[in-house]
Amino acid sequence: MKSADFFQEQIRWRPIEIAFWIATLLPFVVAPAYLQLASQIAITALFALSLDLILGYAGIVSLGHAAYFGVGAYTAGLLAKHAWGEPLSGLVVAGALAGMVGYLTSHIIVRFRHLALIMLTLGLGLLLHEAANSASALTGGADGLQGVRIRPLFEVFKFDLYGRTAYAYSLVVLFACFLVSRRIIHSPFGLALRGIRENALRMPAIGAPSRAHLRKVYTIAALIAGVAGALLAQTTETVSLEVLSFGRSADVLVILILGGAGRLYGGLLGAIIYMVARDQFSGINPQYWYFWIGLLLVTVVMLLPNGILGGLAKFFPRKT
Amino acid sequence: MLGSFVGVVFDGLAYGMLLFLLSVGLSVTLGMMNFVNLAHCSFAMIGGYVTVTLTNSLGWPFLATLPMAFLAAAAASVVLERTLYRRLYRAGELDQCLFTIGVVFISVAVAAYFYGTVQQPIDTPSYLRGSITFIGVNFAAYRLFLIVVALLVTAILVFSLEYTRFGAQVRAAVDNQRMARGLGIDVDRAFAVTFALGGGLAGLGGALAIEIVGLDHAFAFTYLVYVLIVVAVGGLGSIGGSFVAAAVLGVSDMAGKYYFPWLGAFLIYLVMVGILMWRPAGLFGKRH
Repeated sequence: MKSADFFQEQIRWRPIEIAFWIATLLPFVVAPAYLQLASQIAITALFALSLDLILGYAGIVSLGHAAYFGVGAYTAGLLAKHAWGEPLSGLVVAGALAGMVGYLTSHIIVRFRHLALIMLTLGLGLLLHEAANSASALTGGADGLQGVRIRPLFEVFKFDLYGRTAYAYSLVVLFACFLVSRRIIHSPFGLALRGIRENALRMPAIGAPSRAHLRKVYTIAALIAGVAGALLAQTTETVSLEVLSFGRSADVLVILILGGAGRLYGGLLGAIIYMVARDQFSGINPQYWYFWIGLLLVTVVMLLPNGILGGLAKFFPRKT
Repeated sequence: MLGSFVGVVFDGLAYGMLLFLLSVGLSVTLGMMNFVNLAHCSFAMIGGYVTVTLTNSLGWPFLATLPMAFLAAAAASVVLERTLYRRLYRAGELDQCLFTIGVVFISVAVAAYFYGTVQQPIDTPSYLRGSITFIGVNFAAYRLFLIVVALLVTAILVFSLEYTRFGAQVRAAVDNQRMARGLGIDVDRAFAVTFALGGGLAGLGGALAIEIVGLDHAFAFTYLVYVLIVVAVGGLGSIGGSFVAAAVLGVSDMAGKYYFPWLGAFLIYLVMVGILMWRPAGLFGKRH
C-alpha cells in the first residue's frame, strides 16, 4: 500500500461516525429541556478532546490541563466584562492566549518524563490556581468573576435561559475543533506523535524531531482547551475559580480514560456518560457521587484498560 | 523580631516533621517498585480515624491509640497491596495514578459516610497541651512531642535500613530491583513489608496530624499534594531526602503564611516547580 493510500484510508469517514454526529442534533428535538446540560457536555467533550491529543496520541500525562482551560475562561470572561462582549472574537482571543501560554510551558514540559512530568504539570496547574486566587482584584478570587455580559451571536441569536444558542454554538465549535484534530491525527505528523508515544528514544533515531513535535501538539492542545474554557465562560456568563482547580484536571482525565484515550471519540463518549450520570445523581450527596466515580476508575483500570471504546473495539474488530 | 522568627522556624519544623511521617513510606515504595500510590494519604486518614474513634468513643488514652493507628493503617495497606496493587506493578504510571485516585475517591466517600463531613475533635492529654517558654519564645508542648516522635522514627528507620539484613535487602531492591532478584533476594516480600511499614507510618502521621491540621473526610486529598511534593523534591527512595525536603517545605510554608500571607500556597508550589526543573529526580534522587 502506498503511503498516500494509507492516509486516505485512515481519513475516510465511517458510517458510525456520521451517525454519531447526526445524533448530536437529537437534543434539540428530543430533550429541549436539557439543552443547557447538552451544552456543558459539548464543552467538556471539547476539553477532553484536547487532553486526548497530548495524552492519548503523544503520551504526555498531565494532571494540570485545567490551567489552559482556565486561562481561556478568564480571558473570555475578562474581555466580555471590560472590553467587548462579541462571542466569536472573544473565543479567538481566548484560544490564542491559552495557546501562547501552552507554547511557553511546552518548553518546560517536553524536557521531562515520568513522575517529574506528572508533578510539574500538577505544580504548574496549582501555581496558576493560586495566582488567580491571589489576584482577586482582577479575577474576583473565590467569589468568581461577576458581571460578564455576552452579546448575541452574530448580533442575532441571544444566549437564552433554555440554552438553544448555547448548545448550537458549543456544538459547532466542538465539531470544528474535532475536524481539525481528526485531520492532525491522520497526518504524517499525527503518526510521528504516536511513534513518540510508543518509543521516545527511537523516534529521533529515524529522524523525527521529537521535542519540536511534542511542543507543537502541546500548544495545539492548550489552544483547544482554552477555546473550551472560553465557551464555558461565554455560555454561563460567569467564571469561577473552579475552572483552574485540580478537580477539573482530574475530572477530564477520568472522562478521557473512561471513554478510551487515543481514539478521538473516547473523550466525547466519556463526557456524555460522565455528565449525564452526574446530572442524574446530583440529587444525592456529592460525596457518594465520588464513591461511584472511584469505583468506576478502579474497575476501568482493572478490567477495561483501553476504556469503553477499547472494550467495544475488541468485539468489533476493524477490517484492514 | 528574632523571637517570632525562632517561633516560625519551630512551628515550620514541627509541620515539616508531620509531612515527613506522612510521606516517607511513599518515597521508599515509589523508589522500590516505581508504583505511584496516590492513595498513600488514605492510610494516614485510617490512622486518624482510628485515633479519633478510640479516644472519643472508647475513652482510650491518646498515647495508647498511636500504636493502634500504626497497626490499623499497616494492616489496611498490606491487604490492599496483596490483593490489588500487585497486579499493577507492570502497568504504566497513568494506570497506577488513575487506579489509586479511584481508591482515594472511594476512601473519601467512605469516611464521609461514616463520620460526616465535619472536622473531627480530639482530646489531647493535658501534659501535651501547655507550652514551654525558653529564651522568651513559647514552644508548644505538642509540637515538641511531634518533633521528638519524628526524630525517633527517623533514627529507627535509618538504623534498620543501614545496619540490618532486611535494610540491606530493601536498599538493594531500591537501587536495582532486577539485580536484587538475581541475587536471590525476595523482593516481593521485602516490598510487602516496606509497604506495610510505610502505610503504618502514614497512619501514625495521620493520628498525630489531627491536633495540628485537623482531620476531615477530604484529608486524603488535601495532603496528597504536599506529600507528593515532599517525595518529588526529596527524591525517590531517599529517606534523608524526604527528611530534608519535608523540613524545608514545612518551614517555607509556615514562613510564607506568616510573612507573606497574601501569597498563600503560591510559594511552596513555586519552590517545587523550581527544584524539579533544576533537578528532575529530586534533591537527593539518583538519575535512573
